[in-house]
Amino acid sequence: MTGTASQAATGGPLLEATGIHRHFALPRTSLFGSRGVRTALGGVDLSLDEGASVGVVGESGSGKSTLMRILLGLDRASSGEVRYRGRPIVPGKPRDLRWFRREAQIVLQDPLSSLDPRMTIASIIREPLVCLGVPEDHDARVVEVLEAVGLDPAWRTRYPYEFSGGQQQRIAIARAIAPRPDLLVGDEPVSALDVSVRVQILDLLQRLADEERFSLILVSHDLGVVHYLCDDVIVLRDGLVVERGRTADVFAAPQHPYTRALLRAVPQLPV
Amino acid sequence: MSDGAGPLLAVDALTVELGGRKVVDDVSFAVDRGERLGIIGESGSGKTISALSIVGLAPEAATITGSIRFDGEEVLGRDDRRMSDLRGDRIAMVFQDPRTALNPVMRVGRQISEPLRLHRGLDRKAAAAAAVELCARVGLPDPDRIVRAYPHQLSGGQRQRVGIAMAMSCRPALLIADEPTTALDVTVQADVMGLLQQLVIEEGTALILITHDIALVSGVVSHIVVMRNGRIVERGAALDVARDPHHEYTQQLLEAARTTSWHGSSTNGDRP
Repeated sequence: MTGTASQAATGGPLLEATGIHRHFALPRTSLFGSRGVRTALGGVDLSLDEGASVGVVGESGSGKSTLMRILLGLDRASSGEVRYRGRPIVPGKPRDLRWFRREAQIVLQDPLSSLDPRMTIASIIREPLVCLGVPEDHDARVVEVLEAVGLDPAWRTRYPYEFSGGQQQRIAIARAIAPRPDLLVGDEPVSALDVSVRVQILDLLQRLADEERFSLILVSHDLGVVHYLCDDVIVLRDGLVVERGRTADVFAAPQHPYTRALLRAVPQLPV
Repeated sequence: MSDGAGPLLAVDALTVELGGRKVVDDVSFAVDRGERLGIIGESGSGKTISALSIVGLAPEAATITGSIRFDGEEVLGRDDRRMSDLRGDRIAMVFQDPRTALNPVMRVGRQISEPLRLHRGLDRKAAAAAAVELCARVGLPDPDRIVRAYPHQLSGGQRQRVGIAMAMSCRPALLIADEPTTALDVTVQADVMGLLQQLVIEEGTALILITHDIALVSGVVSHIVVMRNGRIVERGAALDVARDPHHEYTQQLLEAARTTSWHGSSTNGDRP
């Protein structure tokens, strides 16, 4: 485990974002007029405790992807700051954030496009260990994480296309947990999967979060997924948090009209 | 041609072979005039290939056997010319992703009225007027202006409304909608689904709704067939299947759908 770093934390939140704004300049429409500005995020706060899980819910254009990029230090906030265990996360030279890359990993929506088709499973999973200079037996870790995600380690010489969508997502998860991150970010991690596979992957994430002890940020448009996996939820709309709270409370008694509309729009099975 | 007797669409022992593999295996179902049928399945279940076979759009490499009768006439094996007379006129389709289904360099109004010009021989002026009317019908804002827009200038929900307007333009007897709302936001999805339902009911159009989402379909269609690995594993009235599934696979699907549904566990006090 990243024991030293964990112990260094003194009770504060694992990840804390305060007052995050992100503005994008729009293309010039007139030679003399000023450029328009689009506010993707208009002051978002988010705090994640060690071992906790938070869901970021929003529709397209809500700013959830922009927020995720800023939280991971992949994009610079126009104002506001992100701190991980008290250390600021600001995009800069790749090596400046290398320590953070070991701490925070990501699982993306479409496993087929996030896995290099010309690499074997073993080299895909080994890559972050090598790049981040993780000091342990890489081959042993590859076998270990493959077992953890429920794949036969003997398959590690195969290529991504030889696997089903659900298995590919397991490979992506194995790669993400290989460097033993303390924070895992899932960006719509089950949206591209079949319904029956979805639950298996959610269960896997839940189990791994316990076993490997990472905190979880789940970005999703799927309210059911967030309800299933996250203790807390924030609802984003047009770059603003319209509602936040314990997931159970927000789903049982949503306060903001938008949250209510969102919940109501999800088709329900007849009872 | 149309005498009102017998089902509108009768698919019998449809089998589609692609690359030596049976992707659709002995599938039979029928749709009556004005009936709404849901075909439920996950990826690889053969639901989309079945639908494409009905409109003659299955991959050319596919070997198709069995029978597909539309309005009493066999459509399987028809040549492409006679198939395209049917497509967009009596049978229309709405596809999953309106971004790829629409022509990016053609104004929306022209795309909507294209079936009318092709099948009904409307002239430019009449077609343009019809496009405005159809835009209003599918709830697009400012129809007079929006017919001159290009697809990229519209939102996802608006684009799908255009797709629906295009499909409904010739008042088809059968509409096949393949995952029509999967690419849309949830709130938009509810609106578009509502529109689709309202239109087919008002026009008396029969609907085949293809989806992976049992919850979505069960409120819209009267009957359901559940497909897996190219075969139909369960069929019945929508509510019966959703409440009391018999096949193990359907039970799994429902179980999976319920796991991520929260209304079972909470008090549902949010409905005004």
